[in-house]
Amino acid sequence: MKTCDHCGLPVAETAAEKENSFRSDGIEGVFCCLGCATAYAVVRSLGLVDYYARRTLNSNEPPLRPEMNDVAPDYELYIHHEADGTDSLHLMVEGIQCGACVWLIETVLARQEGVVYARLNMTTRRLTLRWRAEATNSGELIRRIAQLGYRLKPFNPKLLNQADRRHERELVRAMAVAGFAAGNVMLMSVAVWAGHAEGMGPATRTLLHWISALIVLPTAAYAVRPFLKSAWGALRHRRANMDVPISIGVLLTTTMSLVETMNGAEHVYFDSSITLLFFLLVGRVLDQRARGHARSVAEHLLTLKAHSATVIGADGQATVMLPEQIKPGMTVLVAVGDRAPVDGRVLEGTSELDASLITGETTPARVKVGDIVFAGVLNMSAPVRLMATATGEATLLAEIVRLMDAAEQGRAHYVVLADRVAKLYTPFVHLAALTTFLGWTLLGGLAWQPALLIAVSVLIITCPCALALAVSVVQVVASGRLFDRGVLLKSPTALERLAHVDCVAFDKTGTLTLGRPSLLKNDVSEDDLMFAASLAGASRHPLARALCAASPSVSVANDVREEIGAGLILTTQSGDVRLGNRRFVGVETDEESDLLELWLSRPHRPSIAFRFRDELRDDAVAVIAHLKQEFYQTVLLSGDRFTTVQRLADRLAIDDRKADLSPPEKVKELNDLAARGKRVLMVGDGLNDAPALVAAYVSMSPSSAVDISQTSADIVFRGSRLAPVADVLAVARQADRLVKQNIVLSLLYNIVMVPLAVAGWITPFIAAVAMSTSSFCVVFNSLRIKTGSAAYD
Amino acid sequence: MTEMIYLIAVALLLGLVGLIAFMWALRNGQFNDLDGAACRILYDEEETGQIESHNSGSNQKQG
Repeated sequence: MKTCDHCGLPVAETAAEKENSFRSDGIEGVFCCLGCATAYAVVRSLGLVDYYARRTLNSNEPPLRPEMNDVAPDYELYIHHEADGTDSLHLMVEGIQCGACVWLIETVLARQEGVVYARLNMTTRRLTLRWRAEATNSGELIRRIAQLGYRLKPFNPKLLNQADRRHERELVRAMAVAGFAAGNVMLMSVAVWAGHAEGMGPATRTLLHWISALIVLPTAAYAVRPFLKSAWGALRHRRANMDVPISIGVLLTTTMSLVETMNGAEHVYFDSSITLLFFLLVGRVLDQRARGHARSVAEHLLTLKAHSATVIGADGQATVMLPEQIKPGMTVLVAVGDRAPVDGRVLEGTSELDASLITGETTPARVKVGDIVFAGVLNMSAPVRLMATATGEATLLAEIVRLMDAAEQGRAHYVVLADRVAKLYTPFVHLAALTTFLGWTLLGGLAWQPALLIAVSVLIITCPCALALAVSVVQVVASGRLFDRGVLLKSPTALERLAHVDCVAFDKTGTLTLGRPSLLKNDVSEDDLMFAASLAGASRHPLARALCAASPSVSVANDVREEIGAGLILTTQSGDVRLGNRRFVGVETDEESDLLELWLSRPHRPSIAFRFRDELRDDAVAVIAHLKQEFYQTVLLSGDRFTTVQRLADRLAIDDRKADLSPPEKVKELNDLAARGKRVLMVGDGLNDAPALVAAYVSMSPSSAVDISQTSADIVFRGSRLAPVADVLAVARQADRLVKQNIVLSLLYNIVMVPLAVAGWITPFIAAVAMSTSSFCVVFNSLRIKTGSAAYD
Repeated sequence: MTEMIYLIAVALLLGLVGLIAFMWALRNGQFNDLDGAACRILYDEEETGQIESHNSGSNQKQG
């Protein structure tokens, strides 16, 4: 099979024979569509054909096809006018495959007249663009990139989460300082340790101790701040977390070492305190990075969906606004294929609306003038004008938000495992130190100073470095591996909660199914399909798109006219060819079906129907079977009609099914399950699922979900497969096992070391070796996480 | 003994230089795009520059 020279997707033989039709300006090649041929021509004309040799195509995520007729969103709102006459714009870029794409985009932009600055960040996929306003304009620049097959969406950089970034930077800085100090103090310490054996004089030793003190005191004071802050926050709320024993350990070690240095003593623990901080900060930074990365990708996905709304002014002028700028009483135009940006009442036009994201109902509803339309519904057949209704408490969205708040209050605050361990660990350790002190003074007959020294060394050796790393390293490794499989862990406690899940509740539309219509191929012939697809390519109607998706290699016929709200017409020599709804084509049957359909009529031939259904995700059956095999209870909670739900549940063999559920009823179902002792993972995507996602023990949402669901879900997964649900559960269980092993490892270390410390045998050298060894054991154990059980593939 | 004092001072100074360099890089945004930077070095500037000069003609033809 031949593949397209631009996008690398397979090209059907018939289309390949027609390759001539896609040639532009004498450029040779095989292309799947005109968009790809144009993109190739652009790249060629700029002399950048090296791009094709340099790129590495990612087979999981095929490159986007250039869309010739895509309606560009309005960028004007996002352009920032600088004082020096340049304009700047921040854009999210979709469709980046590898470094070569970055190079291509930057080079193409740099060659444009008037571009001052163009830099694409490959990690965040954000493009910063600055140009001289008099030399060029945003539309021209964006068109160049769109031509190559990338999609661009503007965003406002101020809305991105800045607090997270600041926190990460602070941690990295603290880590750098601690690392610098740890390395240099180790230098002194090794000299001192060697001096013990070689007979170093006390004056030299004390000098080295003083230099260590000078390095450690300021750096430790700087690097311990993140832990102190968190420990103080916990103590103020009368809780104990892992940072409390860490902070106490570090502060005590440093203070005691300083006092010992002043006394010219033999042993000081500066190296222990600072390496401990360094190791812990490395763990924190990795943890923060992994989560921050997952969250920024989730933000990225949300931003790509950001819509603008077309508002019609009193003078009939159309202006583009952000949905949040719309005020009640304004007239909003909703084009075919767009989602309604606000709640409103229909002023003009009749159309079919797909409200599946809101109600779960798959069959489109017909609306006419005066009907109420909710934000988020998809307009399927004709443009309508809405009058925005009161935005306040009356909207559906406000109702959903109220339900979510209520669900949030009912949810018990989850205490992280590490903090639960810390709660038991902290009193035990302090009790042990106190007993040591009392034991040595009262029974051992020691003076209070050496006894105090021994007690403090107990605290130092029990400072929970390994214990603190036990959970976070596993989390970092697990979330990194899951990230590669398209699963974004947004909540830090999601993984721990997932490990306890014993019941999985699914929403139907958009979760178990793909949430968009796909053609039922069995009752139409290949030729008819290809012919119909060549007409359908001219339209943005969801059903026409679905028809094209079923026959991707077909080129669009010329001169197709679209009759809005009805269908498409192609005039041929023998007569009109029509593709559209039943009435438009002129079919008169009373046969009712709950499927979506398009009809094709050609001169002198019987009309044929193309039927569409919202198809199950490819691996839905296998994943459900796999979950049941692993003894998870499965539940289907849907807002759709009983018969539809019944049929789907039978196909998937889901035990419990509930249909016709309103959002509060979904929450109630989940609460009932929780009351029976079940810990439920809720997987859902619609607006009607948002409260349920908050109410569930853990929640998961596909990246195609509405914004509010993605925001409230703990986990977001990408792609058209359901396998991530099974993946994430398997990884969570494995991670849970490893965390428990790690905790046992670090407790074992304590069981060995505490008696030694109590006996007073711990020297700084033994402490440094033992503490580092335990940390390394824990880290290496955590690296054993694997992802992807192939059982259901 | 005095040699050691010099030695320690030099070691600390070098370490400090490293730390300051790291802090500068962090502030300068050098760690903002690790994936992109790794790829960027593969594409050298001269090559695109050459093509640019030979291609400016065909650009005009197109436009």
